[in-house]
This record gives sequence, structure tokens and C-alpha cells, in this order.
Amino acid sequence: MSAVFDVISPRIRPRPKPRLLNGVIPFVVLLAGLAIAPLMLTPYSTVMLMPALAFGIALLGMNLLFGYTGLLSFGNAMFLAVGAYVAAAATQAGVLHFELILIAAASLGGLFALAIGALCVRFTHIFFGMLTLAFGMLLHSFLFKFYNLTGGDQGMRVLRPMLLGQDWDMTATQFLSGPFYYYCLIVYVLLGLLTWRIVSSPLGLQLRAIRDNESKARYLGVRVYRLRLFAFVVSGVFGAIAGAMLGVSTGLADPELAYWPQSGNLIFMMILGGAGTFVGPGVGALIFVLLHEVLVSSTAYWRFMLGATLVFLVLVLPEGLIGTISNHLQRRVRGDAQ
Amino acid sequence: MSAMLSACNVSKSYGSYQALKNVSLEIGGGEFVSIVGPNGAGKTTLVNVLTGLAAPSQGTVHFMGNSIAGVGPVKLAAMGMARSFQLVNIFPEVSVWETIAVAVSSRLRRASNPLRTLTKDPQIEDEVQHIAGTLGLHHKLFERAGSLSQGEKKLLDIASAFALRPKAILLDEPTSGVSSGDKYGIMELLVKAARSEGVSAIIQVEHDMTLVARYSHRVIALQEGRVIGDMSPDVFFKDSLMLEAVIGPVHSSQKKNEGEHQPC
Repeated sequence: MSAVFDVISPRIRPRPKPRLLNGVIPFVVLLAGLAIAPLMLTPYSTVMLMPALAFGIALLGMNLLFGYTGLLSFGNAMFLAVGAYVAAAATQAGVLHFELILIAAASLGGLFALAIGALCVRFTHIFFGMLTLAFGMLLHSFLFKFYNLTGGDQGMRVLRPMLLGQDWDMTATQFLSGPFYYYCLIVYVLLGLLTWRIVSSPLGLQLRAIRDNESKARYLGVRVYRLRLFAFVVSGVFGAIAGAMLGVSTGLADPELAYWPQSGNLIFMMILGGAGTFVGPGVGALIFVLLHEVLVSSTAYWRFMLGATLVFLVLVLPEGLIGTISNHLQRRVRGDAQ
Repeated sequence: MSAMLSACNVSKSYGSYQALKNVSLEIGGGEFVSIVGPNGAGKTTLVNVLTGLAAPSQGTVHFMGNSIAGVGPVKLAAMGMARSFQLVNIFPEVSVWETIAVAVSSRLRRASNPLRTLTKDPQIEDEVQHIAGTLGLHHKLFERAGSLSQGEKKLLDIASAFALRPKAILLDEPTSGVSSGDKYGIMELLVKAARSEGVSAIIQVEHDMTLVARYSHRVIALQEGRVIGDMSPDVFFKDSLMLEAVIGPVHSSQKKNEGEHQPC
């Protein structure tokens, strides 16, 4: 077959290039920044940075679901809660190996996503969003009301886990800003590379095809339901892993983790950085965490300020920071080429 | 002639409106069949039924001996039937290379392994290059599909359908919205590609009678949901009543040919 084409035209084999800032290199730069940050920050500031890692992991999955597949979930915070409560239940039951906790959280998050997703991904657009919101609120109500099982509004304590089989004998701040921070960063790196492999695979391409034109994708034989469910389950697994990390860093599994504003925060971070760009949501998580810390410590109207930021983003930078910068650079490169 | 695609006594209703009334037809391998008729004649409904998108209210539809009533596009693609649409139907945010690769990778079932690297798959690479070359898109491989001209988008739509290596392809007005100068270029590429890729049957819905006359082996005329004629282009273009029914005002006298062709 290729011989036929050789006759028709010269065999040129350039590879499809990702858009500027949309490859894996900006993601590596972000991770390198997060790796050297503790060397320049106080332990307290490093602990403040911890949620950026956890949210970044959750957003790898959410970006696969929204940025690549086109399904916007308003309830993905429920997976954060699943992970945090798994961590609480496990550590209280004496299972302190964080590796086991992560596997349990990922498994339960995946199963939870599979059960919910089997229904939700039959729908798209606002209907999908509303269904995921409803399931998130159901979980929140369960966690809030079943006091004997979940601790109700008090939540459940998450004890300090063992990392790599070692019981780290140090203060909470030293533990969180040192071994735990780097442990989570390594998990972030591994899951980031896994996600990159997924989006660079034929499956990743078919996810983007579904996002762009579902009907056309079906006519080209793409199994839309199965692939949407896959993306939803990945977002559930990553969300639960992130939740277990958040639970350890705050020492608490709290029903507020499943509450809808938390899902809103995840969407905010994704849009802030740029959904659909690989590194964007991770950058969004980092900026959100920093912005949140700065605003909370400087004004009582921090929620108003965050809301105003979101309005600004939607109106002025609808493709997020990374998306906008990427487009700007792309135009300049094209301009230079011409 | 053994029928590759057949519809037998097919009716399709939407509420009280009957879009297709007792339609029967057979299309064999090697044929280029044009379905013609005025607006509202039921052409698109017929294509939807023939491509398994819509289940008939009555009657049966078979492709390669299997019933395809309402099977849906994914199964139909696996069975060897592809379709292109009247309106441009592409993935605007992905490249030409990637658009064709969607079809190739789905046919080769490459999505089952999420860790396989798309650009390191030599079979996908070869097939994408080959299809793009066959349909004259090899110079546009890495351009965004949304940035192509209307004619190129049509070609891309058709190229992605060919990448499924179908046995039959249904084209809903393959040159609509394209300048008259580009129409013949697209049709020539299409017919040439069909021959080289082993597409056995081509069924097109077409309003442009010049294209119908130039490329078809058979013409099936629809009016108000019924087949009013199934004949060679030579006979069709000599039948003034039939022509008037298809491209001119509708007269009751034209219904005399109703039910003339009943293959089953």
C-alpha cells in the first residue's frame, strides 16, 4: 500500500506537532518548579503548596474528561471525598502504609466512577453536568447525615501514614513539607506521564474526536460510550488519589470535600489554567492555591475577589492562561514564518 | 445480481407523518446509484434507514445478508458500510492526519491499549498517508481540519469514510456547498479512490443532475416517500415526466410509475 503512495507523492513523514505550550515539556517545567519550591520556601509555605499537587492530580483526570473528551462534570469533588474517607477509614483501622491507602482509594474511586458513570456518560452537556452534580450532592448528604459511620459534620480524622514502609519521626510540618510533599510530587509525575501516554495514544485521539464531533466519531466506528466511561473512571481514580493526599495533608476527611463549591473550585482551576492544554490545569491549580492563600490572608472579601477573577477569565481569557499564551505564541510563529 | 444492500417494503413514520412509504430497492456490488428527488421526498430518511441510523417502522433492511435495521453507525462501520454527510462533518480542532487516523485506529481497534503511541504505529502512519495521497490531501496533512477550504473539508469527510475500507459507501450530497469548479474534481477523486480502495458500491443522494448523469449506473427517484422510478440514467433523462417530478413542480400524473419497481 505504501508503495502506491510513494508513486503518488514524495514520502514526507513529519509528525503531528502539538500546539505550543501544549506538549509534555511545559508540564515537566511545572513539576521541576514544584520540586525546587521547598528549597526556597519555609516549611509552612511548602505545606500551603501541598493542595496544588493534589488538585493537580485530580485535574489531570478532569482535564481528560473535559478538555479532551468534552464532558464537564460538576460533581468531581465527590472523588476527593471518596479518597479522603478511604484514607481516614484505613488509618483508623491500622492500615498505615500509604501505598496501600492509595491503591484502595484509587480502586474505590474507580468503582464509584464506573457505577455512576455507567449512567452519567449516556448524557452530555448540561444533563451530564447536572447528573454528576446530583451524585456529588448525594454523597455529600450521605457523609453529612450518617454520623455514626462518617462522623457527620465533624468528619473523620486521618492519621499520619507510613511512606515506603517508614514511620517518619518528625513534626507534622516537617513530615508534610518534606517526605510527604516529595512522595506526592513523585505520584504526580507518574500520573502525569501516564496521562500523557493516554492523550498521545489512538485512544486519546478518539477522545478528542468525540469532543469535536460525536456523531462523526460514531460513523468512524468510535465506541463513544465506552471511551467516555473510560475518561470518567480515570477522573474518578485520580480524584480519589488526590483526595487521600488532601486528607493526609489536612488530617481530616470532611464532608465539605464532596460539596458542590469544591467541584466549582476544580472547574475554576481548570479554566484558569486552560482546559484542553496538558499543563494548563496544573498551572491553574497552582495559581488558585496561591491566589486563595494571598486573598484569604489579606481580605475578608476573598470569595468576591475569586468570583471577580473568574468573570475576568471567562470574558478576557476564555482559553485560560496557558491556552491564551499558547495561541499568542502560535500567531507570532506563523507571522514570522510568513 | 446479488444484492449487497437491500430494503424491502420499508416504511418510516415520524408521528403521523410518513416519510417513507413501502420502499423496496436492491443495490449490488460494483454499482454507483444516485437517489434523486425533490426536497421532502424522503431521500435523507432513506439514507438514514439504509445506514442503520433509523429503524424502519415497517419492512426490512439487509446489508451483506445481515439485517441492519437500527443497528447504529458503530456496528455498521464494522460491517463495512461508511457514510458521509450533506453538511461538512469533520473534527475541526484536529489535523487532517489525525482525522483520518481516527478512522484507521478505530478499524484496527487500536483504542483498546491506552498506552500505545499513536505516531509510532507504522500501520496507522502508512494507511493515513495512503488515503490522504489517494484523495489529494497529502499536502494538508498537518493543517487543522477547521482551517481547510469547503472543498477540502468535503474531501476530508470522504477520506475518513474511505479509511474505514468500506464495502459500500453512502454519500449525502458529496459536493453540496462546493463551487461548481471543484465539484468535478471531488467526484473524480472520489470515484478513482473507490476503485483503488475496493469500495464496491457507491450510493449518493444528489440534486445536481449533471453529476447524476455523468457518474451513475442507476437512478432511483423518490417522490413523497415512494420510489417512482428505478432505471438507468439514459432512460431517466429521457423520461420528461420523471425529470419534472424530480426537478420541477409536482403533478399528480407523475405518480403513474409508483410501485413499478418491487424487487422483493
